[in-house]
Amino acid sequence: MYLAHAHLATADQLIGRTLLDFLNLPDSLVVRSLFGVVVAVGVFVPTALLIAMLGIWWERKVAGHIQSRPGPNRVGPMGLLQSLADGIKLITKEDLRPAGADKLLFKLAPYLVFAPVFAVFIALPFGPDFVFEPRLSAGVFWILAMMSLEVVGVILAGWSSNNKWSVYGAMREACQMVSYEIPLGLSIIVGVMAAGTLNMVELGHLQQGGIHTWLIFQNPFAMLAFGVYFIASLASNKRAPFDLPESDSELVAGYHTEYSGMRFAFFYFAEYIAMFVIGGIQAGLFLGGWNDPFGIIGFLDARWRPVWQADPTFANAWPLMLLNIAGAGIFAIKCILVIFVQMWVRWTLPRPRIDQVLYTCIKVLLPLGCVLLLGAALWQLLIPPMPGVPWVDYNPYLPSDWSDKGSLGAYVAQMILANIGGAVVGTIVFWIFHARALDPTRRHKKRLTDPEPILT
Amino acid sequence: MNLPLAISETATATAVLFYALALMCAGSAVVVVVSRNIVRTAVALMFSLVGVAGLYFLLNAEFLAAVQLVVYAGGTLILMIFGVMLTSRSPTSRFEPSKSEVVVAVSIGVVLMVSLTAALLHWTRRNPPQSAPLTGEHPYAVAELGKALLGDYLVPFELASVLLLSVMIGAAYLAKGRRDLP
Repeated sequence: MYLAHAHLATADQLIGRTLLDFLNLPDSLVVRSLFGVVVAVGVFVPTALLIAMLGIWWERKVAGHIQSRPGPNRVGPMGLLQSLADGIKLITKEDLRPAGADKLLFKLAPYLVFAPVFAVFIALPFGPDFVFEPRLSAGVFWILAMMSLEVVGVILAGWSSNNKWSVYGAMREACQMVSYEIPLGLSIIVGVMAAGTLNMVELGHLQQGGIHTWLIFQNPFAMLAFGVYFIASLASNKRAPFDLPESDSELVAGYHTEYSGMRFAFFYFAEYIAMFVIGGIQAGLFLGGWNDPFGIIGFLDARWRPVWQADPTFANAWPLMLLNIAGAGIFAIKCILVIFVQMWVRWTLPRPRIDQVLYTCIKVLLPLGCVLLLGAALWQLLIPPMPGVPWVDYNPYLPSDWSDKGSLGAYVAQMILANIGGAVVGTIVFWIFHARALDPTRRHKKRLTDPEPILT
Repeated sequence: MNLPLAISETATATAVLFYALALMCAGSAVVVVVSRNIVRTAVALMFSLVGVAGLYFLLNAEFLAAVQLVVYAGGTLILMIFGVMLTSRSPTSRFEPSKSEVVVAVSIGVVLMVSLTAALLHWTRRNPPQSAPLTGEHPYAVAELGKALLGDYLVPFELASVLLLSVMIGAAYLAKGRRDLP
């Protein structure tokens, strides 16, 4: 459709150049490589570990709420430090290895699970400039490729444990992952097709004109593709209800039965970071990336970026920096919402059998994905989408701008779809919060763990 | 980072990365040949494939690198390990090649290596290597690749997809079994 190259060309310079100026460092390859290492070790590793620890805490809180119990509430305020305490426990535990295990592969497997998920962070767009490598032209595809490598570590963990439960878990993971990758890719293509680029930063800039320019509302097929992607991503990340590889009612703990201590923790970290990354793909590809629903961030970005590009000094850079920080917050909120839905699904739905899991993939999601791909292609042929970047090439709220380029049909369709989507989300939020508050029986509802009153 | 850099610095970095990745590919390829344990062989193969993907990255072919990871490291390799797990009698099964197999394999390998080296030397003598490195721009941008695949190279692209389709149908036929035949 079009490429936002003008934006992309300077996307990585804002932070790099400003920092180099600020620290008064020369611009050489050594300095830049050191800068990259510092960012990776000093920013990404702590962020990833923090995401994992808060994710585990939150999962337990959500589980507790859904099962009508308090969840962790002893360590720290609201049990927030529970994950830290668990981490200390895991670090001090003995690193056990079964006698018949393949020593090398048993030790290697947790790293092979963790490293690819972590490598995804170089392409995740936290803001228009908060990206490690904004020029990665195959951004979405790179993330998919990295996520597909994770399964190798899981299979090795299961096989090298020399344990039947572990091997069963690994085999389930292999067949589940290989089959769900196809609907996963098909549903992503629907979104990518609507944008015409794979680059995560370009995808973000294309969606900066308010909620109706988000790719999920580009056409009805993209909306359905979002649903297909959500289900397939649950399966590929072994999240319940598709947690067959570690189903604890039949396989003890599946592929990580034999792991203890920090090596076990690596599997958990990988799972929760992958949840965040999946939320990041959904936010970046379908839900507008770092942009707010009204297009304010995009409007300010389009206004301030040319000023900075014309005169790249620190005085011109700080408004964009603030914009990036706001964008990173919005991106994180979107990811957290997606993670919440993942947890909600996990603690609500029962686990299907493995044949039902594969039936869902091959006989439901795969044909549906093909139909959506075809439908989205036809939709774009019949109702031409709006070319250009919102706020830069056109005003996203002005119908005359759209009709000038023959895209009035797209404007009407996207507005209708955005309203439908907003109504659905609003209904769900109302159902969760307001309807609960109106329920007169709620005040008197007791938790299962409330103590019985002592009658004397 | 696309600030202007001295070409010599970029070239040095490229060379260092190239030798590191080449060492990774070649080293794990040697492990693939030497190791007797099937699953360890598969793991070494994975490192070799990932190294090749890194080389593609070094050549600015990001899409090809991602394809390499998805198709070979994430797909084909999984199927291979899956096959080994399903078919081998014991989980610790080992390769025990006979003497004749070793002789045949080594001779094929030597012939292949000599001919490839000779061809490479011959080719570089006729076309001396260009010293200009690939710089900043994307010579293999994804959009260009898509236009080429569905434009100039449409017929080979479609032929390959027809081949894959026939393979899929054949696999489904084999997997279904012959219950209806006597």
